[in-house]
Amino acid sequence: MSHRPRYRRYQPRLYQRRMPIFWWVHRAAHIRFITRELTSVFVAFGALELLFLVRALGQGPAAYAAFLAWLQTPVALILNAVTVLMLLFHSLTWFNLAPRALVLHAGGRRIPDAAVRGLNYAAWVVVSAGLAGLLLAT
Amino acid sequence: MKKTRDPFWWTFFSAGGTLSALCLPVLLLLFGLAIPLGWVEAPGYEALRARIASLPARLFLFVLITFSLLHWAHRFRFTLYDGLQLKHLETLILAFCYGGALAGSLLAGILLWQL
Repeated sequence: MSHRPRYRRYQPRLYQRRMPIFWWVHRAAHIRFITRELTSVFVAFGALELLFLVRALGQGPAAYAAFLAWLQTPVALILNAVTVLMLLFHSLTWFNLAPRALVLHAGGRRIPDAAVRGLNYAAWVVVSAGLAGLLLAT
Repeated sequence: MKKTRDPFWWTFFSAGGTLSALCLPVLLLLFGLAIPLGWVEAPGYEALRARIASLPARLFLFVLITFSLLHWAHRFRFTLYDGLQLKHLETLILAFCYGGALAGSLLAGILLWQL
């Protein structure tokens, strides 16, 4: 940790120790935190891939075939493998935190965390199966 | 205390987080791995186009893409602030994150409209 003080726009009169850019690499919990935050990059990337799929479908069968061919290139496969892993991490961490964000009561009692998590996981399974069924049905 | 628009963005962050957590893994697993690796057969052009061009599917995709991008914008903004200690670049980061998300949403709207 560096000990150089500096003035900042926020709370400029306070002495503040300068935080190094990579302050989070020293502890597993911090690395997990940054990884969780960075899943958002892959959420955006997944959304963009869907956008490209829509564009290819709008342009015609040749564009759709070209898009499917691009998906088979090593770069796309590696990128998508990482994306799927990060998206799973996003879903797991999101649903595990759901009881913190969503405090439900029934009959004057708080619904236990495990039940809220279970509901989220159940919804995840149902939505996943539904989407896969809709897309792959012939 | 300074008034902020943060609650507005937090709503999108949280709706986008839930929607993307529910829907994106299976979609990316299918199109990113299962179809290109031949685990399942790719849906044919006409069938897939017809299914995605239906009004509910278009609305669903628009909401999913828009909210996912806004989720990214909000979360990535704070990753840059806290993770990389870039709070002093606030204006640039706000423009990049929310501007990028809004541009992507606009593009999604146009592409889905024309489908």
